[in-house]
Amino acid sequence: MDIAKMTALELGKAIKNKEISVKDAVLSVFDAIEKKDKDINAYVSLCKEEAIKKADEIQKKIDDGSLSSPIAGVPVSIKDNICTKGIKTTCSSKILGDFKPPYNATVIEKLENAGAIVIGKLNMDEFAMGSTSETSYYGPTKNPWDLNKVPGGSSGGAAAAVAADEAIFSLGSDTGGSIRQPASYCGVTGFKPTYGTVSRYGLIAYASSLDQIGPIAKDVKDCAAIMDIISGKDKFDGTSLDNDFNSLLDSLNGDVKGMKIGLPKECFETEGLDASVKESVLNVADKLKELGATVEEISLPFIDYVIPAYYIIASAEASSNLSRFDGVKYGFRAENIEGINDLYCATRSEGFGSEVKKRILLGTFVLSSGYYDAYYQKALKVKAIIKKHFDEVFEKYDLIICPTAPTTAPEIGKSLSDPLKMYLSDIFTVSVNIAGLPGLNVPCGFDKNNMPIGAQIIGQRLSEKKVLNAGYAYQQNTDYHKMKAEVK
Amino acid sequence: MSWEIIMGIEVHVELSTKTKAFCSCTTQFGGDANTHCCPICTGMPGTLPVLNKKVLEYAIKSGLALNCSITQYNKFDRKNYFYPDLPKAYQISQLYLPFAQNGSIDITTKNGDKKTIRIHEIHMEEDAGKLTHIAEKGISYADYNRCGVPLLEIVSEPDFRSSDEVIAYLEKLKSTFEYLEISDCKMQEGSMRADVNLSVRKVGETEFGTRTEMKNIGSFKAIEKAIEYESKRQIEAIENGEEIIQETRRWDEALGKSISMRSKENAQDYRYFPEPDIPPIYISDEMINEIKSTLPEMAETKKEKYINHYGLSEYDANIITSNKTLAKLFEETNSYCNEPKEVANWILGQVLYLAGNKNLEYEEIKISPKVFADFVTVIAKGTVNRKTGRDIFEIVFDADETFDVNKYIADNNLAMVNDDGAAKEIVKQVIEQNPQSVEDFKAGKTRVVGFLIGQCMKALKGKGNPETLSKLVNEELSKL
Amino acid sequence: MEITKELVEYVATLSKIKVDDAFSEKMQKELGAVINYMEILNQVDTKDVEPLSHVFSINNVLREDEVMPSHNRAELIKNAPQHGETTFIVPKAVE
Repeated sequence: MDIAKMTALELGKAIKNKEISVKDAVLSVFDAIEKKDKDINAYVSLCKEEAIKKADEIQKKIDDGSLSSPIAGVPVSIKDNICTKGIKTTCSSKILGDFKPPYNATVIEKLENAGAIVIGKLNMDEFAMGSTSETSYYGPTKNPWDLNKVPGGSSGGAAAAVAADEAIFSLGSDTGGSIRQPASYCGVTGFKPTYGTVSRYGLIAYASSLDQIGPIAKDVKDCAAIMDIISGKDKFDGTSLDNDFNSLLDSLNGDVKGMKIGLPKECFETEGLDASVKESVLNVADKLKELGATVEEISLPFIDYVIPAYYIIASAEASSNLSRFDGVKYGFRAENIEGINDLYCATRSEGFGSEVKKRILLGTFVLSSGYYDAYYQKALKVKAIIKKHFDEVFEKYDLIICPTAPTTAPEIGKSLSDPLKMYLSDIFTVSVNIAGLPGLNVPCGFDKNNMPIGAQIIGQRLSEKKVLNAGYAYQQNTDYHKMKAEVK
Repeated sequence: MSWEIIMGIEVHVELSTKTKAFCSCTTQFGGDANTHCCPICTGMPGTLPVLNKKVLEYAIKSGLALNCSITQYNKFDRKNYFYPDLPKAYQISQLYLPFAQNGSIDITTKNGDKKTIRIHEIHMEEDAGKLTHIAEKGISYADYNRCGVPLLEIVSEPDFRSSDEVIAYLEKLKSTFEYLEISDCKMQEGSMRADVNLSVRKVGETEFGTRTEMKNIGSFKAIEKAIEYESKRQIEAIENGEEIIQETRRWDEALGKSISMRSKENAQDYRYFPEPDIPPIYISDEMINEIKSTLPEMAETKKEKYINHYGLSEYDANIITSNKTLAKLFEETNSYCNEPKEVANWILGQVLYLAGNKNLEYEEIKISPKVFADFVTVIAKGTVNRKTGRDIFEIVFDADETFDVNKYIADNNLAMVNDDGAAKEIVKQVIEQNPQSVEDFKAGKTRVVGFLIGQCMKALKGKGNPETLSKLVNEELSKL
Repeated sequence: MEITKELVEYVATLSKIKVDDAFSEKMQKELGAVINYMEILNQVDTKDVEPLSHVFSINNVLREDEVMPSHNRAELIKNAPQHGETTFIVPKAVE
């Protein structure tokens, strides 16, 4: 049995049944990383020594019965914008240098309390700004299905590691599609929860009103199990929510009978949508229909406005959130500086990459005096309209299904040359963040180059049960999520 | 041609909550550098603010006390700028929806002039850290202990015409917040700070002139000097045909000058936007009513009571009610002895005198109301005379509540000699011993009476009753 | 709207980011493209629409005023590029 190929729940069960030791579980993932990661570059840093030490502690607790979560002893990999106490956290940026956070993100505390073992930090687009994972200071991550292609982004490392079986499961973050889109490109299952269901405390902010942490895993069941652990109100995050999920894992029953699903016609008529993507995603709807759901065409007339609204809001918040990286308290500081202003300017100019600087300038512009009303304020009004439209749809429908991305993964180096085109690839994902909705990517096919295609299942805020259950029903009746990339 | 000074004041006060506005670190003043800090208030990546309940409560109290309308739907905004004392590089503040607006407060200047000052708004925000500049090394040390301490900013309308009004306003705010127990308003510890927006115009003009904003003024005295300096500077500039530039100026206490803070790097565009990490705050009517019901009796109400019920003069009532500690001392002491005028006299006399001598803030006066009341009773009964009383009071001022005034008087034999027989004997002796004075008296020099009374008092070791002695001396002299 | 060199320099000054001529030119072009693309929002009728910052109408998330122990100071300052025993150190910061 290849341990690294197992799902988190399978491995957790095997550990509980004493078929596999925690230490073997940890070591086998490190073995896979050693074999594959020189090609994939999914990891920014590893913490092997700490993980092995932890493995012994966790084993003891499992043995004496004090730890009984379904993922006790299971290794987890973390996107490098989530703070891990004493473990280097870089956001794949030069500017954070060797920053070792003095505290753990709430999700890390929760995972560790459940007995999961952090084994490393995952590569990403610098500060989560990107859709390809090419803007990382630590070099691009490669798509395990084709090393010449991008894994998507910004949680490219998180998706690639799971796809290449270099991680049992991972945590990513999603501001405009950063979990769902790389999950789609890499053929894995990724879930962006309702805004507020998972604490953001310890997630290095890109756009605070849109950011949400979520799982990337091998199937929907794992995602549900991980959500059970990481979700819930946190006193350190004022925007976090109480929920009545109880156990999402236990609620999965594969029953979609009577569910009403809407297919937004604008999404399927978008210019640049691959025919194979369209076909595969429509097949998902057909499958669910077969299982008893009703499917109807709906309209999301605001689709043309989501990208501009998203980039205004996200860049504005980012320009403020990233101001604290100034060479004073942590991370990189430029040398040969003359006075405080020079320290700021030189540090930030040398420490941030080009895409990050561009978004900071953009965000500064839309907030600056004279432009605030025309751009930022306008975007917040459009946000209100988008939310209202979704609310109206969800009065009649349980779920929306659409492509996660218009195409499969593009080749490395092709996207950054046309930034507007790169932004447009987020068209199906960003509106979900703007309205704070839960969105799930499930693998649903392959294009002619054998690159994975993903479908997105979207629900009303706090309808995680419905969203995950639809994905679960689909995966019980299909095998796309079990297909594996062959990495030499 | 005479000039008029127009001023609006922005006051920052630190709230005396136990913890900071957005994290659970202590707000205690002082402390070794960076020991009242956590990942949140030092701006570590990934941290988030959560608002302290007491900050909101104190804010609402201030709004009600300053007769403001309370904004029910509240939001916080980020004010973005770079400075090493601001670790997040933004200050959480309120621009678009300040929690309190359109208030007013009545002031009385030291000359007794009364005026109503309009309050434009009050908003909540957080304090920054402290930088210590080491000139010879060309570096600054950053200490974030004050980072995140809650502040209120009270913005007045441009209603001030003199520094006396400004001082009276600041004193009134200080007194009000002390009564509310929401801030100790200590300028020397930086828990109360004032920025002065100042412009000048010729008397009779209706348009405002261009204003400057002076920051960093650290004491009432400095405010007076800063206003004098800046108004003079502006008047001279205009008289010389120069234009006043709208700018921020820093008051330099050592140089006695205001200095322009303009520079290219300080482009003032704060890019305010709604703070996404803090959900909106809704202040309900119930919340307002509940807080209203807990507001303490304020200076105005007390003053009226002191004048009408206790019979104090307006002047005395003003001084005592201007400070919460004094008012509390007055009321508690009087509750034991019921001698309001006597208590007021001793507070305005010896209490203030001794506090001044010992360099104490009013808040540091530790006199026990019970002991004070016993003392006042002794005085009112005439057990000791006033001179002895003042000596005893020095002991009373520092004594703890176990101190027994009566026992002290008895033990030290300080009681006034009210025995007419004994006094008469002394008076006779003194007159006998001073024949020259008697001659002088007969020659019409009546002021020797005072001298003779003094001699009697001396013979009685200061314990004589001055009234009795006066009566007896006059009687004896008239017999001669 | 046209994104001028001056505008790029203005936002760069506010953002504390240096722009040399080449980067300024690149930004004028790329920001120009994005900002012009954003003007599509002008087509949306937002009359009578209130701007929405928070998707959930949760209100009054408040914390009790109870002191928790502060963090270990050494842990807080050790990541700083320049620090002493007790403080963060920066180049002299007086205007």
